[in-house]
Amino acid sequence: MQKVLIYDSSFEGFLSAVFKVYEEKLIEVDIQREGNVQRSFFGETEEIITNKLQADRVWNGLKKKLTSYGRNQVYYSFLSEMNSVENILLDYIQQVFKASENIEKDFSNATVLKLSKITRSVGREKHRMEAFVRFKLTKDGLYFANLEPDFNVLPLLAKHFKSRYADQKWVIYDIKRNYGLHYNLEHVETIVMDFPKEFDFTKTSEDFFAEEELAFQELWQNYFKSTNIESRKNMLLHVRHVPKRYWKYLSEKQPL
Amino acid sequence: MSFERIKEKLNLLADAAKYDVSCASSGSDRANKNKGLGDAKGMGICHTYTEDGRCVSLLKILLTNYCIFDCAYCVTRKSNDIKRAAFKVQEVVDLTINFYRRNYIEGLFLSSGIFKNADYTMERLVAVAKKLRLEENFNGYIHLKSIPGASDELMREAGLYADRLSVNIEIPTREGLKRLAPDKNREDFIKPMKKVKNEIIQYKAEKKIIKSTPKYAPAGQSTQMIIGASGENDYQIMTASNFFYRKFNLKRVYYSGYVPISYDSRLPQIGSEVPMLRENRLYQTDWLMRFYGFHIHEIVNETHQHLDLDIDPKLSWALRNIHEFPVDVNRADKRMLARVPGLGMTSVYKILNARKFRQLNWEHLKRLGVALNRAKYFLICNSNDFERRDLEPNKIKGFILQNSKSKFRQATSNQLNLFG
Repeated sequence: MQKVLIYDSSFEGFLSAVFKVYEEKLIEVDIQREGNVQRSFFGETEEIITNKLQADRVWNGLKKKLTSYGRNQVYYSFLSEMNSVENILLDYIQQVFKASENIEKDFSNATVLKLSKITRSVGREKHRMEAFVRFKLTKDGLYFANLEPDFNVLPLLAKHFKSRYADQKWVIYDIKRNYGLHYNLEHVETIVMDFPKEFDFTKTSEDFFAEEELAFQELWQNYFKSTNIESRKNMLLHVRHVPKRYWKYLSEKQPL
Repeated sequence: MSFERIKEKLNLLADAAKYDVSCASSGSDRANKNKGLGDAKGMGICHTYTEDGRCVSLLKILLTNYCIFDCAYCVTRKSNDIKRAAFKVQEVVDLTINFYRRNYIEGLFLSSGIFKNADYTMERLVAVAKKLRLEENFNGYIHLKSIPGASDELMREAGLYADRLSVNIEIPTREGLKRLAPDKNREDFIKPMKKVKNEIIQYKAEKKIIKSTPKYAPAGQSTQMIIGASGENDYQIMTASNFFYRKFNLKRVYYSGYVPISYDSRLPQIGSEVPMLRENRLYQTDWLMRFYGFHIHEIVNETHQHLDLDIDPKLSWALRNIHEFPVDVNRADKRMLARVPGLGMTSVYKILNARKFRQLNWEHLKRLGVALNRAKYFLICNSNDFERRDLEPNKIKGFILQNSKSKFRQATSNQLNLFG
């Protein structure tokens, strides 16, 4: 009979579920994320309790079988939050443990190829977010940016922004998932913020942001226009590189 | 600072700088230090794209568009009746820092019209970079233009603060340059380029012995050529390009389709089309030389002086060398796989890895993302199903053109009609 394992949406929770599969030698399993459960009429459901020790055991096992390249694929794919990606990952992990050699680059294996494609999408969005974050200076000297990425890429961004903006306080907030990264000149921490009702993420209200903030946005918009070559206009190419769903928070895309 | 005045200057001096196509912000190894601002190691980032589809990575501006030269192809030429402006050193520094802090840019690309003389201009450019590095502790990317004719001493200093230096050749041949830019001569371009090349070699050598040797232009040098302004053919252009890559260890040569900006009778008239397809073919050739192991003469040579517009240069080479095919996907070495039309370096990498596990067939290749509509005429794999007909190159070309949707199709059919 099929067993449905429900975990708490953390990576460690997922690895704990994988541990369970091995521990109880489960054959037909369906791992589902809490809050995104698709109940089935068949099968028995079990809630997984996240267990750091068990998660570590699975992860350390993977370390013996995969290089950092392969482990990145596991983590990146997990962050995609794609429907049922947990089961692709489980399939992958089982194949990894079973094989005598490292299979992470066997691109003729359907599961490996699937993961490498998901990883690429997540990696692409990570890179896009590194590009599309637009900080606005607040009244208290903090640089604030908000995003709505398709995938949960925030954990992948911390290092990049920390080493780049080492001398300024900043917050990057994922509105969709309601959490953010906060750098306080020492380290990066995860935070949840309450925003006032009248706070509009697409605007730069003077109630919250520094006096000169809008002026710099306007300079940037002007630059964006002046550096364009009209006789080479190619909107198709433009939109391919800057998809419309990201325009909402890009200052150069706001009306002047 | 006065935002209104700055805005006006920014519009003028960004507009004048936009014909420089380089936007690269990669290739440097400058990491954040002492918890300062910025980090230029690792991949380049395009923070946005203009509506013409070009990457915006750096704040690309001229320090001034006053110029003592009168080069026909240039908007800021002396005889052109346009508004002139000049940034103060501090204004450029402030703009760069404030744009960078908001994550708009990876750094600064500073060029300039030549006012007074070469050294006077170069000195100002260096002053901006120096201020950014020493006073602002800025570790972002800085690309400075080497001003033709600038002194060795200034070029040495420039490299200490900049990640990349570039001097634009603009016109691929000596004769073309003489006709369009009578005030300039080729030696003035070569001089700073040579100096920077030698400094890079020397600093690298010293760094091996003394660890604390400062960085010198860690992202190297580049140059740019204008395409379609002075009548050179593709063979001449790529020969010039190849010369600069070899002789001066350039990181990049850029090809910029000429955008008509003048009624000068020596140049294509305003309203004539920008040769974008040709520009694309030149870049493809450049890539084949740098990443795919092709020698320039395999692509263009005395008997084949023009790149085909309707097919890419690799396919064109393959059709001229059909005796080298078919290639066995499960046996061929990397070099030969890279020569198969429809296989990019990513596919080659995947094939090399995947075939260690099993013999690959068409299905595998398709799923890996190989462009089989082109590749199938040049490959055999673990399958009995392959192209058995002994097809003439022309036939293959016909089949491929029939079955592919090039983004340039419209453009090529028009251009072909012209010669038709």
